[in-house]
Amino acid sequence: MGHIQLKQVTKRFGDVEVIPSLDLTIQDGEFTVFVGPSGCGKSTLLRLIAGLEDITSGHIEIDGMDATEVAPAKRGLAMVFQSYALYPHMTVRKNIAFPLRMAKMDQAEINKRVNSAASVLNLTDYLDRRPGQLSGGQRQRVAIGRAIVREPAAFLFDEPLSNLDAALRVGMRMEISELHKKLETTMIYVTHDQVEAMTMADKIVVLQAGMIEQVGSPLELYRKPRNTFVAGFIGSPKMNLISGAEAEKHKAHTIGIRPEHIDVVSDGGLWKGTVGVAEHLGSDTFFHIQNTGLRDSLTVRAIGDVSLNYGDTIHLMPRAEEFHRFDAKGLRLE
Amino acid sequence: MATQHSRSAARFMMAPAVTLLLGWMLVPLSMTIFFSFKKYLPLRGDSFEQGLEWVGFANYVRFVTSSAFWPSVLTTLIIVGGVLVITVILGILLAMLLDQPMWGQGMVRVLVIAPFFVMPTVSALVWKNLFMDSVNGFMAHVWRAFGATPVEWLSRESMQSLIMIVSWQWLPFATLILLTAIQSMDSEQLDAAEMDGASPIARFIHIVLPHLGRAITIVILIQTIFLLSIFAEIFVTTGGAFGTKTLTYLIFQRVLESQNIGLGSAGGVYAIILANIVAIFLMRIVGKNLDA
Amino acid sequence: MARGVTTQRKIINTAAAWAIGLLIFFPILWIIVLSFKTEADAIKTPFEILTGSWTFESYLVVQERSDYFKHFWNSVTIAFGSTILGVLIGVPAAWSMAFVPSKRTKDILLWMLSTKMLPAVGVLYPMYLLFIQLGLLDTRTGLVIVLMLINLPIIIWMLYTYFREIPVEILEAARMDGASLGKEIMYVLTPMAVPGIASTVLLNVILAWNEAFWTLNLTAAKAAPLTAFIASYSSPEGLFYAKLSAASTMAIAPILILGWFSQKQLVRGLTFGAVK
Repeated sequence: MGHIQLKQVTKRFGDVEVIPSLDLTIQDGEFTVFVGPSGCGKSTLLRLIAGLEDITSGHIEIDGMDATEVAPAKRGLAMVFQSYALYPHMTVRKNIAFPLRMAKMDQAEINKRVNSAASVLNLTDYLDRRPGQLSGGQRQRVAIGRAIVREPAAFLFDEPLSNLDAALRVGMRMEISELHKKLETTMIYVTHDQVEAMTMADKIVVLQAGMIEQVGSPLELYRKPRNTFVAGFIGSPKMNLISGAEAEKHKAHTIGIRPEHIDVVSDGGLWKGTVGVAEHLGSDTFFHIQNTGLRDSLTVRAIGDVSLNYGDTIHLMPRAEEFHRFDAKGLRLE
Repeated sequence: MATQHSRSAARFMMAPAVTLLLGWMLVPLSMTIFFSFKKYLPLRGDSFEQGLEWVGFANYVRFVTSSAFWPSVLTTLIIVGGVLVITVILGILLAMLLDQPMWGQGMVRVLVIAPFFVMPTVSALVWKNLFMDSVNGFMAHVWRAFGATPVEWLSRESMQSLIMIVSWQWLPFATLILLTAIQSMDSEQLDAAEMDGASPIARFIHIVLPHLGRAITIVILIQTIFLLSIFAEIFVTTGGAFGTKTLTYLIFQRVLESQNIGLGSAGGVYAIILANIVAIFLMRIVGKNLDA
Repeated sequence: MARGVTTQRKIINTAAAWAIGLLIFFPILWIIVLSFKTEADAIKTPFEILTGSWTFESYLVVQERSDYFKHFWNSVTIAFGSTILGVLIGVPAAWSMAFVPSKRTKDILLWMLSTKMLPAVGVLYPMYLLFIQLGLLDTRTGLVIVLMLINLPIIIWMLYTYFREIPVEILEAARMDGASLGKEIMYVLTPMAVPGIASTVLLNVILAWNEAFWTLNLTAAKAAPLTAFIASYSSPEGLFYAKLSAASTMAIAPILILGWFSQKQLVRGLTFGAVK
């Protein structure tokens, strides 16, 4: 169950080719995240899998069967929309029961499943309320509940947390991850937030302009980004990419080093600069440093509080083993 | 949302409406065009079964050269133009008044809107008899109370009477549309103008009026289309006499009263062309709005 | 625009507005007044009318003699019949245009609106002939069909604008939940669109009730609705002001009440969205 394969899938809207030929395999039970900047095609890809848009050419296989021409409802997938798309005129109970009603399940079975989904999601007290009377997080859960009761082969999430405030987002993130561990069902999750991607995914698919830049586990993408795009996209704050003389020293066109891999030393470091903006978070300090001769602004992360501020001279020691090397095309050099 | 499945479903779901409207547009229209090229006077013995004589464009020529034609065009222009002028100008003034702070605004709106919902036959007959009748009508009594002779509205001042009746009916429409437009206006623009030293009249001319321009155009176009085909009001008041024969009424008479179907049909084609010209302008504006 | 408005200004505005409002409404008021008079009283001077006695006499006469309720019922049947038929045909069409738009959708919509611009008089005789051929002359069915056709553009247009306000995702969710098209429309779209559908019905019932071209020319004694019935007062015998007033009051009262509720719909429906 839940094995999805995309073979040479392309998608065109009119004359615009949004997704040039794409191949991807999603294993059963995997939590796969599609991540990328706005307009990279991740939502489109999700909708192609769901069947809400037609594929221009190529095939989609679900559990070994060609699902390219199959209607959305018959693909055995469930989708949680960004805006939750709850039925405003139905109670929570009726919302969750709706797919089962459409499948002509008998009432007793429907009740059983609805109650069980509601208890998993802590919605039992709200079953008779309408969506308009619920908070954002509760609505989110109803949307998930509606997906769960269908016992689908895979769950599709379209940026489900974007409409929630920051605190709620962290909580819901954990709930969705726990849900995944409990249900062990394939989940495909679309987000533009790389923190969500890194924390939730078994496998991340980084997309840009409809093309896959890299597929791999979060740590793979972190440790071995295949190109400068992925290198700059994964990791916050962004990796420092340096070209020019310093890069040539490493026999590369561009080198990269993450802010957390540059140590602040009291003197004698490899690099030197002037502190521009210093962000003191207590747990960490982030420095944006000028006048290094390497690039306009170098970002460095220090643990704990380091009391250097605007205008101070700062000495830096990058860790030699943490350099990433890229060629002129931006591809990784080993 | 556009998949093959939903697209074919959509085509299927639109089919009834499109088919019906297509039929509605084409069938009677092609018949009218057909008749316009024939000589067909049923009262004088012509009939379908016997076959109708083809007369080419003779009906078209006869229609515009008949002595009733140009007067009817003039009448139409006067009535439509008169109603437009009255409803738009009064409509703007009334809309501005209703936008002001006052007590009981909702109730006043109800009073002002009411005439639009009165069916045309009631409206015309009530005006004709209860108000304009020169012996027993309301206005006759009032005129007499002031020592003046009552006006014979419908028989002497027929066009003015009709214009009055139709304007009364359509003023609410213009007012409502213009009021909606005024209320959608950004008050900050007016505040800024006031800070810039503009007097109320200057503010009206330079800010309110241009903003209303679009709404005024819409009102004029829509009203023109409906006013061109006024029928009931003329039918129940003057029956086209006293110079109140509009183009529409002339065609009606040719078709149903004098039963010269060929001639009337040619006239009908003229009316359709005329209406379409106005419609093109209106549709262009509506179309631009749909893109928004 | 109400920044620090003086009470004095407000009084002037109120007085002016009410004066004009009452002036405009006066004819309707006068109809109601005269409907409660005898024929003899109805032709007296206004002063005498207002100070004279009031009676239900004219209402009773109208109902008894002229088969008033038959025509009233015709109006009801025709107005509601044509509107409901139009909605049944219009909902699927508006659904397609709102939720599965194509490049041609806008053009089709504009074309539909343009059919409303067709001058009725231009197709009067063909319709007359067709109706005779099909046995529809002077039937309520015939009028239901014609009025449905002339109001269909407005019905579809209004439904379209209301449907566009419904988020597509909710319908997509229904689709993912396994709803077929029919079920999607029945269980999800329609309940959400009830206010919009009600508004559409309201406005179009009013328009159909007041229609005064086809109802005058395609009916005679049997199917004549109120528009035609009132028109028969244009060449009456004897005194008739009070009867006309009574008949008119009964004919316009329902629509005046409905009209009060439909102001917003009026703007939306008849300006084709060009004014917001």
